[in-house]
Amino acid sequence: MMRYRMAVFSRAAAAILGGYALASAAAACLAVWLPMGRADAVTTALMLSFVVYTCGVIWVFATRSAWRAWIGILLPAALLGGLFLAGLGMGMA
Amino acid sequence: MTARKPKAQGEEGLRQSMSWLHTWAGLIFGWVLFAMFLTGSLAFFRPEITRWMQPEIQVQPAPAVQSVEMAQRYLDEHAPDAKRWFITPPSDREPLILLLYQLPKPKPGERGFVRVKLDPATGQAVQGRETRGGDFFYRFHFELETAFPWGRWLASIAGMFMLVAIISGIITHKKIFADFFTFRPGKGGQRAWMDGHNALSVLGLPFHLMITFSGLVLFMVMLMPAGIKAVYDNPRQYTDDVFKSFKVTPPLNQPAPLVRIAPLVEQAQQQWQGRLGRVTVNNPGDAGATVTLTQAAADGVSYGLMAPWMRFDGVTGKLTEGQDELGATARTAGTITGLHLGLFAEPLLRWFYFLVSLAGTGMVATGLVLWIAKRRQKARPQDAREAFSLRLVDGLNAGTIAGVVLGVAVFFLANRLLPADLPGRQLWESRSFFAAWAVSLVYAFLFQRRKWQDLLGIAAAALALVPVVNALTTSRHLGVSLPQGDWVMAGFDLTCLASAVLFAWMSRKAARARRAPARGPARGRTNASAPAATTTAKSAKSATAPTSPAPAAPGAVVYEPRGDTP
Repeated sequence: MMRYRMAVFSRAAAAILGGYALASAAAACLAVWLPMGRADAVTTALMLSFVVYTCGVIWVFATRSAWRAWIGILLPAALLGGLFLAGLGMGMA
Repeated sequence: MTARKPKAQGEEGLRQSMSWLHTWAGLIFGWVLFAMFLTGSLAFFRPEITRWMQPEIQVQPAPAVQSVEMAQRYLDEHAPDAKRWFITPPSDREPLILLLYQLPKPKPGERGFVRVKLDPATGQAVQGRETRGGDFFYRFHFELETAFPWGRWLASIAGMFMLVAIISGIITHKKIFADFFTFRPGKGGQRAWMDGHNALSVLGLPFHLMITFSGLVLFMVMLMPAGIKAVYDNPRQYTDDVFKSFKVTPPLNQPAPLVRIAPLVEQAQQQWQGRLGRVTVNNPGDAGATVTLTQAAADGVSYGLMAPWMRFDGVTGKLTEGQDELGATARTAGTITGLHLGLFAEPLLRWFYFLVSLAGTGMVATGLVLWIAKRRQKARPQDAREAFSLRLVDGLNAGTIAGVVLGVAVFFLANRLLPADLPGRQLWESRSFFAAWAVSLVYAFLFQRRKWQDLLGIAAAALALVPVVNALTTSRHLGVSLPQGDWVMAGFDLTCLASAVLFAWMSRKAARARRAPARGPARGRTNASAPAATTTAKSAKSATAPTSPAPAAPGAVVYEPRGDTP
């Protein structure tokens, strides 16, 4: 029972906090890389970030274990964050 | 107990985990979402509700050019040194001229903005009873009467849970189309609630998805700062880029008379072939004054927040900049937010908005009751904690579903019954809404068995009283408004009556369900105070729902019980 609760808690944290981190990373990455004007890129990035957030939450609860849930959130978040930093470094913004 | 047993894998496992997610994501913010959905539905009629709540104001709209001339005369006289003026000309929905101006140096404790309403026939300020009118529902819908910005955050978080609940609900569904035509009130209990919930959800699914997503988009600047900070130094630069018509320009601190605005309005309307929505004057009476004209939001779906605009020099009247066509991205964002606000919707479409939004309200309500109905069937009699959670959720359900509706009715009644010169009158109106909701919650927990029947009945009585009290306190009751074709007043009263009938019916169903505990597969649990048969009533709330009482194909589309919820 305790273990089940911890697993649910862990997944909820992965979904809510991890999902938000993933959505933020996606928004930042898209804002830098989308081939549009600055304001348009940001608008598109912000709107899509909610889609990313939702997909992240679905993944967290659809996958087999809480560990996989965290990895599936943090790995793409780190990747997108890295792409954002790379884009920033290359002066894409 | 767990929804994600290792053995449940593949498609069936996905559906089970999504069903779990749907259940809990929907429950946690369910009561907040119910209140948001209901007040949001009412907010589609914001100006009409305000007009009903100030029955002493009876004016006819006037053309924009003439109204702007009048507004300028008034503001010249009363607010020559304001920082900004905002003028909204009359429309068919809102026949008054709305003025808003920003004081240069508000005294401590004084509000920075002053609101005035002018009669377009006389140019004089109109004094109605002090009320927030439809604005109360509009603002509650996204601020929940909580201090800025917490209410907006809370509402947005609830919206995000809603979005997750909708998506997981869709994935859970095997036969989304067949379920739409399945309604078996005769089966009673969980089945009937499930069918009602499905019908209401699937009926308005495109709307529910749109309204939830676009609600988040409306607040995306607040919610997702990372995307903005990635390329801008601060969010202000981004909003200035996107909403150019709102740009604030500094004064030059040299006095200079303001140009006459009315001819500029004429010029703009000619060019747009459309209506004027708003005039913004920055630094009136200064050499650095600007006049910005924005087209009416009602002229286009995408114009909710981003309509075409023109900016003129405030002294010479020369056109300095403007935007007729927005880019593809801005138009997309404008359409998404415009669909949420529904300002473009002319009467028939607005009624559809209202009805499908009520179906969404019913979706949340039936979902909350379904949570109880499912668990009650499986409940173990000795489990004290389970009994407690059932009682808690059931109490919150009754106290909120009936309570918010009662609050709305009491809010309208307070509008008619509070003395017109009561200090802080509009505060007492809002307080009456929350007081009625709070009392309903207390009642729901005190009277476990009768709560549904009684609270639904009280809500029905309060709704039925609204047109009655209106008739006793004003001269614009149904007997007058119907023959005159005054559809704002008559439509309001008739809607109250129709809702009263609906809630009276639900109350009766609840009473019957209490006397005769759920038929069918229910295991004779007598604590079934949740009105099993009320599904019928809830579905009927969306008058357009084709929930024919005869199930289309009973054998083919039977719900197989899923072991999805604990």
